[in-house]
Amino acid sequence: MNLDARIPPGPVAQKWYRYKFDMKLVSPANKRKFDVIVVGTGLSGAAAAATLAELGYQVKAFCFQDSPRRAHSIAAQGGINAAKNYQNDGDSVFRLFHDTLKGGDFRAREANVYRLAEVSASIIDQCAAQGVPFAREYGGTLTNRSFGGAQVARTFYARGQTGQQLLLGAYQAMCRQISLGNIRIFPRTEMLELVVVDGAAKGIVTRDLLTGEISSHAADAVVLATGGYGNVFFLSTNSISGNVTATFRAWKKGAFFANPCYTQIHPTCIPVSGDHQAKLTLMSESLRNDGRVWVPKRREDCGKPPASVPEGDRDYYLERKYPSYGNLAPRDIASRAAKEVCDEGRGVGPGGRGVYLDFADAIQRLGEDTIRDRYGNLFEMYERITGENAYQKPMRIYPAMHYTMGGTWVDYSLMSTLPGLFVIGEANFSDHGANRLGASGLMQGLGDGYFILPYTMGHYFASMKQVKIPADHAEFKKAEEDVRQFTRRLLSIDGKRSVTSIHKELGRLMWENCGMVRSRQSLETNLKRIPELREEFWRNIKVAGSGEELNQNLEHAGRVADFLEFAELLCLDARHREESCGGHFRVEHQTADGEARRDDAHFAYVAAWEFKGLDRKPELHKEPLVYEEVKMETRSYK
Amino acid sequence: MNFTLKVWRQKNPETPGGFETYEARDVSPDMSFLEMLDAVNERLGLEGKTPIAFDSDCREGICGTCSLVINGVPHGGRKGTTVCQLHLRHFSDGQTITIEPWRARAFPIVKDLIVDRSAFDRIIQAGGFISVNTGNAPEANAIPVSKEIADLAMDAAACIGCGACVAVCKNASAMLFVAAKVSHLNYLPQGKAEKDRRVKNVVAQMDKEGFGNCTVTGSCEAVCPKEISLDFIAKMNRDFAVAVVKGELKQRTGGGVG
Repeated sequence: MNLDARIPPGPVAQKWYRYKFDMKLVSPANKRKFDVIVVGTGLSGAAAAATLAELGYQVKAFCFQDSPRRAHSIAAQGGINAAKNYQNDGDSVFRLFHDTLKGGDFRAREANVYRLAEVSASIIDQCAAQGVPFAREYGGTLTNRSFGGAQVARTFYARGQTGQQLLLGAYQAMCRQISLGNIRIFPRTEMLELVVVDGAAKGIVTRDLLTGEISSHAADAVVLATGGYGNVFFLSTNSISGNVTATFRAWKKGAFFANPCYTQIHPTCIPVSGDHQAKLTLMSESLRNDGRVWVPKRREDCGKPPASVPEGDRDYYLERKYPSYGNLAPRDIASRAAKEVCDEGRGVGPGGRGVYLDFADAIQRLGEDTIRDRYGNLFEMYERITGENAYQKPMRIYPAMHYTMGGTWVDYSLMSTLPGLFVIGEANFSDHGANRLGASGLMQGLGDGYFILPYTMGHYFASMKQVKIPADHAEFKKAEEDVRQFTRRLLSIDGKRSVTSIHKELGRLMWENCGMVRSRQSLETNLKRIPELREEFWRNIKVAGSGEELNQNLEHAGRVADFLEFAELLCLDARHREESCGGHFRVEHQTADGEARRDDAHFAYVAAWEFKGLDRKPELHKEPLVYEEVKMETRSYK
Repeated sequence: MNFTLKVWRQKNPETPGGFETYEARDVSPDMSFLEMLDAVNERLGLEGKTPIAFDSDCREGICGTCSLVINGVPHGGRKGTTVCQLHLRHFSDGQTITIEPWRARAFPIVKDLIVDRSAFDRIIQAGGFISVNTGNAPEANAIPVSKEIADLAMDAAACIGCGACVAVCKNASAMLFVAAKVSHLNYLPQGKAEKDRRVKNVVAQMDKEGFGNCTVTGSCEAVCPKEISLDFIAKMNRDFAVAVVKGELKQRTGGGVG
């Protein structure tokens, strides 16, 4: 199989322009003859569903939540990047492109990243027109803040709820299309199989989460907008129900999975307080604009109240190590630096797994009211969870699993290796390389959904011969039967362990051995332990209830079953990548001062894995990363 | 800490439900309320009993999925807090806690503590949007919005659509939810063009769904996890009155040219 990204020729700045001109169009009257399935209604899914419906396609949208408005994009706090240069501080499409590529440690596809930077400005226009209440200056113009990995202020925001407001904009656009009859919405419905007929994606099989009914839905194209796989770590900032099932089952049907080892650990989360925890809570990166990160210089000061540690005895380690970016060093770097000081025994709080994020200076400089205006809701959230007042004493933070850059491999048109299967947003692999910069996730989700997929899908439709497959085709029947059998198998085990206990155990393995720091040895451990745990799962779990009713235990079991297989793929990818880049840090590959050492000679490629059958190892395919515009350089934030 | 939990159990919409009692033993004060229920459920599952069905997703107070009435108060009575961010340190050891679903005719019970809130989606579908197709938008700074208006719109837009306002209201009125959406969009210049039809359409849908009327007792504002202000109800009433007084513009019938 030849992995062709189908990148248009010409200079990077003209590729998208050329693609749009060269692509074939579907005439307005013909658009309604095409059915599109969109799975997931977060930023990318809702934006795509709304836009495709506006164009005239017949859209069916699916989400497992009770309402499409609740997808986890809603939890994004800090903001969305765009190359508007409203601050007159030297921003441009090229700079956003370059920052994103560099932030991703030169492991993203150049042409995609440039296109993302290009459409970024339109996203802000669109969202403002939809009524997203972005923060404004008194004069009425939009305001910006700065984010990690950038030296310009290009981040647009709506208090600490930017994801919520952008999602509501997309959700409302979708609601309008529902009322016009152009979208049919299926809430509380989970996709459990992708259906492939004659090598092309032709539909999905779903389970109605209220009744357990298994049904088939046929379409001319399927879009997966199902988010990332962070919950393979059990504890993460993802929602409780987030899972890899849709993209993983598509993988088993032939859609290659790229770079699963690129996972992002976010530096500023509320530290773990005990074994009972079901998830971790993020404190927006925007806090690092005004907060200063430190730990005591000496171990013996770690137990003291922070205010009693004199200035001279504090180690503002990010400012010390990365003077030009300081507290706004990118996420992967800030996370590892926190781990490092905690490993040295200088961490604070319970178990010594925490560092301070201190606002005392900013409060003194700007006043408590300004800080409250900027971050009030975040301070309140911190107080609710920890019982501590961060206006009076520094926050305690620690890194946590947050985002996954890896995902289904897609070409320039966002289509997977299966014709007709498009994958957008966090679910694909394309734009963030080995590390995502803050406020770029929202940008990518909306860019894919509003401005890229609606073009490229039309080109796919116009280039193919339309073959309508009915939903009672043999392939659908077979996929339905597979789903029923899978459900029956889960329910019949009747063992002694809870699904949660296995999920927690998997999460611990992943966090310890495949988290912020990885080694060949730790990955070998996981590659041995995960199959054992999977075996234990299929022998010894107990799932209560039946398949013909609302059964949350069964839903969780199905998702964990997929994580148990997927985790192995993730570790396999991490073991094969003998270099350190972005969020993937291998202890064997570091410089004398502990920075990541990339190996462009051997690893400047996208690793796309092909499923080869249940008992066989997946096959690695390589898409070389050819940089025409930018030179790969050593990433430095010093 | 230890608690006695009296939990509403109901197999499905058709079967009548009732309270059942469970013990939560040795739970930590740092646990969230839902993590306590997770622990109870894990035990029930292993005992072969049916776990308690309840809704939750983001567990950080923003998705609006969680929806429990705790000791008679939606979300448990901590100011500005959803159940998922309610921690056990706010309860007393040994306490008996009752847990019920949202109760309103327009929110039928699905199972145990889960209700059907699709009425809210249908209200938004009736007009809770600005009609602008992708690609239609003017340059974002072309329409200035004063900071005061943007902030006010944001205050209203902060609504998470959880439905606590309906659950607490003696009339099961959805006025706070609907008013928040109308205000968010009607305050902004971008939303002005369809201001009148928006308010009329969403109010009509609200009535159709079977929500009760507002008698301005203010209990909705008191339990709202995002502290949405009652002022928005006044704003919506004003917009509604204006829209009704203005009436419909006479539509010219007949086709255009071409």
